[in-house]
Amino acid sequence: MSSKNTAVITVVGVDRVGIIAGVSNLLAQEGINIKDISQTILDNLFTMIMIVDLKDVVIERSDISEKLNKLGEELGVQITIQHTDLFNAMHRI
Amino acid sequence: MITDFEILETTRMFSEQHLDIRTITMGINLMDCSASTVEESCQKIYDKICRYAGRLVEVGEEISKKYHVPIIHKRISVTPISIVAAACGATDYTPFAKALDKAAKACGVNFIGGFSALVQKGYTTSDKNLINSIPEALAVTDFVCSSVNLASTRTGINMDAVRDMGIIIKKAAERTADRDAIGCAKLVVFANAPEDNPFMAGAFLGPGEPECVINVGISGPGVVKHALESVKGKDLGVVAETIKKAAFKITRVGELVAREASQRLGVPFGIIDLSLAPTPAVGDSVARLLEEFGLEECGTWGTTAALAMLNDAVKKGGTMASSFVGGLSGAFIPVSEDEGMIAAARSGCLKLEKLEAMTCVCSVGLDMIAIPGDTDATTISGIIADEMALGTFNNKTTAVRIIPVPGKGVGDEVEFGGLLGMAPIMPVNTASCADFINRGGRIPAPIHSMRN
Repeated sequence: MSSKNTAVITVVGVDRVGIIAGVSNLLAQEGINIKDISQTILDNLFTMIMIVDLKDVVIERSDISEKLNKLGEELGVQITIQHTDLFNAMHRI
Repeated sequence: MITDFEILETTRMFSEQHLDIRTITMGINLMDCSASTVEESCQKIYDKICRYAGRLVEVGEEISKKYHVPIIHKRISVTPISIVAAACGATDYTPFAKALDKAAKACGVNFIGGFSALVQKGYTTSDKNLINSIPEALAVTDFVCSSVNLASTRTGINMDAVRDMGIIIKKAAERTADRDAIGCAKLVVFANAPEDNPFMAGAFLGPGEPECVINVGISGPGVVKHALESVKGKDLGVVAETIKKAAFKITRVGELVAREASQRLGVPFGIIDLSLAPTPAVGDSVARLLEEFGLEECGTWGTTAALAMLNDAVKKGGTMASSFVGGLSGAFIPVSEDEGMIAAARSGCLKLEKLEAMTCVCSVGLDMIAIPGDTDATTISGIIADEMALGTFNNKTTAVRIIPVPGKGVGDEVEFGGLLGMAPIMPVNTASCADFINRGGRIPAPIHSMRN
């Protein structure tokens, strides 16, 4: 497991005004820094991937997942946050 | 840097293809819980399990949240109770099953395995007691699973025990007749039982295992099927390569979860069991995965070849991903727990004899198969004997978890609910093998057991 406390946030759903604003606002309130952001339309769905620096936030001991879930419901998109270690484990030898 | 494609591939595995960690199973040694009375021993067992596994569920949920990875089951396996109970002086071991059940409920796990005996070469008095207690123990508990190892490549097959287990399976069915013989769904007999298997009903902590250990079982037939959909019509070398890559990725998730669970619980990591374990959910079926190879329906000609290749490619991809692969590792083919198997059994395309052939090349055996309630105990023993022979003589694990459902016959169906699923009653060849089974004794170990 890497020592970096970073996470991947994926947002998938129907495009509309305010998705990026909504997610970045929430992250700013939580003190989570966005390091990289990319977005595309895939299979007619808005797809955004963010790499964020969690700093001291521990995903499983905070309510960040719940807050993102709730925001996702309001925006009509699906938002998930996953620690970066998962992707490194799966895709890098 | 991980690419967007890789990130989306991962998230889809979880959201659309049913990838999950099937189980985190904590193995707990109970050898030090022997005592001269049943009460004292049971108290020690309960206390020790609660002490070691008290945080298991909580830690599983934490990891699940950190990676947004579903961890379906948290379970416990223990030292075979026939060893732990040997000193207690009683002949009825049902109180031990009750103690395990109570501890499982206190810890919040959904199964506890280890009401078990290892009798591949012969019975101890305690093994006999345990086996005779199985029908009652499974009837009066909810979460206890029982397994008996009847054979091994090193020792041959204990045919006395094969004969006895036919009778015990019938009794377990009758004792839980009011619940469609659910007792039999929690009872499995093995050849070459792995001592570190995290999957139920066959999980127990073997005598060579450490004090406490974390073993993780992964799943993901849906992921492999989805990967195969992208190589339709390509030759089988491409198919093998595709399965290996998918298995590698799945196993890495298991390894990550296992190491993290081990670290958080302060318990050593044992093995990853990289099994393709189906569920009754659509899209999570091994049968449908086999059909993706190009078979009209699971059970037709070619099924065994496809399964052999699948099983092998899964192992090859998985062993590259983790140095500690163990347990059963391969593809599971439980009939009642697999939507495609249920359909194939219902249509008659998948027969018991074909399943037997399939067990030669996959990781387990005749699993979760419902048969007519009036099937003779000796016929059940005959089915077991054949399956034990496949395992013993081919140097692999095989198992039988078969359910003779009282009052039901071919054409009926039985519903177990949840992950245990539902099954059509399958027809059984009824020509007698009673005289063979009643001979008893031992089938000697095969010549290739002598490797020294």
